[in-house]
Amino acid sequence: MALTTAPPQPSQTEQPAPARRRSVLLNKFDLKVSPYLYILPFFVVFAIFGAYPMFRTLYMSFYDWDLANARFDPPVFIGLDNYVRMLDDPYYWNAMRNTFGVFLLATIPQLALALLIAAMLNRPFLRGKTFFRMAILLPNATSVTAVGIIFLTMFKDTGVINWALGLVGIGPIDWHGDGGFWSYWTAVATMVDWRWTGYNALILLAGMLAIPRDLYESAAIDGAGAWRQFWSVTFPMLRPTFLFVSIVSIVGGLQLFTEPVIYTYGYTVRGGDRREVQTLAMYMYENSMVSFNNAGYGAAISWSMFLLIIMASIGNFLLIRRTAR
Amino acid sequence: MARRRRGVRRNSPWVYIGLTLVSLISIYPLYFVFIIATRSLDALNNPSPTWLPGGEFLNNFNKALARDDVHFWKGMINSIIVSSVVTVSVVLTSTLAGFAFAKLKFRGRNALMLTILVTMMVPTQLGLIPLWGMMQQWGLVYDIWAVILPFLTSAFGVFLMRQYTLSAVPDELIEAARVDGCTTFRTYYSVVLPAVAPGAAVLALLTFMEQWNNYLWPRAVLSPDNPTLQVTLGFISYTYYTDYSLVFAALAVAILPLILAVLFFGKQIIGGIMEGAVKA
Repeated sequence: MALTTAPPQPSQTEQPAPARRRSVLLNKFDLKVSPYLYILPFFVVFAIFGAYPMFRTLYMSFYDWDLANARFDPPVFIGLDNYVRMLDDPYYWNAMRNTFGVFLLATIPQLALALLIAAMLNRPFLRGKTFFRMAILLPNATSVTAVGIIFLTMFKDTGVINWALGLVGIGPIDWHGDGGFWSYWTAVATMVDWRWTGYNALILLAGMLAIPRDLYESAAIDGAGAWRQFWSVTFPMLRPTFLFVSIVSIVGGLQLFTEPVIYTYGYTVRGGDRREVQTLAMYMYENSMVSFNNAGYGAAISWSMFLLIIMASIGNFLLIRRTAR
Repeated sequence: MARRRRGVRRNSPWVYIGLTLVSLISIYPLYFVFIIATRSLDALNNPSPTWLPGGEFLNNFNKALARDDVHFWKGMINSIIVSSVVTVSVVLTSTLAGFAFAKLKFRGRNALMLTILVTMMVPTQLGLIPLWGMMQQWGLVYDIWAVILPFLTSAFGVFLMRQYTLSAVPDELIEAARVDGCTTFRTYYSVVLPAVAPGAAVLALLTFMEQWNNYLWPRAVLSPDNPTLQVTLGFISYTYYTDYSLVFAALAVAILPLILAVLFFGKQIIGGIMEGAVKA
């Protein structure tokens, strides 16, 4: 960049020598040091509230740690015991199953639907496109707690959803059914999808708009119809955007907390009487923020989630790279 | 080109049917809030849904306000304070850092930018437990500073503003400022900031929305006596779940600001979301 190699000589040539030397020094300082000052705030805040707690969590996960009462009940180093405990903790595996169950149930239809909506919004000469775009953004502006309460109500026995299903002859479903985790999963996945499908459609649309038009033109000249154009031009070109959307979905989906908490009335974080929809984030919270004395175990659960997220993201990356080749 | 354009001008009606359906599904639950909030309890107990609003809104909302344990306005004010402080801080630090990454040359620039991108992958819940412990040590549990401090900067914000500065501020403009004897900070303040204002406004809207809707951490560190709006909503929903007209009246007021934001600034917000995505 030119500005580092060309100091602003012209305006200073007429100044007396000492002043000029000082301003050259200042100028040097300004160019060499100030960039670091400008990016410093981010790194300071991240170091204190991001990096330190993250490694502190790792450290705590090797201890039997009582968060509320550390003075009278000092932490005891127990090595990998917290991780071993996870291996045969039925509640942990239940939470794992619920997290992945809801995640798959929510994400697969969501991405498919978002792709479809984006493709519809990407039609040239579409009328009312601002209205459609704003309409699908509205759910994302609604807070997750609000979404939880709204859908909790719509999924009641006499709620709108059962009424709508009744219209097509599907008999009332008990969406808070005893022991039936499918009903819980479906309800929670619906909330997630309502809030995020439109948002993801907008991002995929952005990716589609960035694809050069002449690619479609040459495909059309080669005789490719709309369907063929989508699979041969749009989808491969959309790969980076799709990767972005799916990784964001993984990071968010595996941390799912608010929707299932509110859906199960929000007072506890057990996710229903039989933990039908308790996710890993809720189980972590239960161990460390409800019963503070299990904070070490909660920390271990946190790190297991982090590793899962990283593995799922890498797996997803490899999968998308392969399928689109 | 002209021939082609004539050929595709008319879209299949299915596109409009599909998009209309999607829009209805997106809007209906919000309309549902409006109906329940403005009617008495009967609306929910009907076997078939109610489609029209009633006139009970103030009644319902006052019921919520009258409860001693519901600190609705306090939650609202706290949410406004938290979201505003965080937004101002994120916009200032992000535009400044974004300017540095886009237009200034310094050692380690690319590596540092990459580091920032990687930190976006770190899930918020990962530091939750120690963060709570830190806040407790500092005496900030139940204090709204506890939900402000961790969010004062944003990796996404730095990234977005870097991209925006790259595209909106030509190098010649920066050079001209240098020639005129501007320091880098003066350049930022007088040249870059006005030029990136549209991008900064989008970042402000997105940040405000995100903070307004935050729940996990506020629930962990605040109490229903000194809550944010989302903590109040969560509390109302499990305390008064028998009286949904009360819950929904509070809900309606709580979601209104962001609904209005989308109606007024929808185009800009959508632009920001799409901008951030393509350049990622």
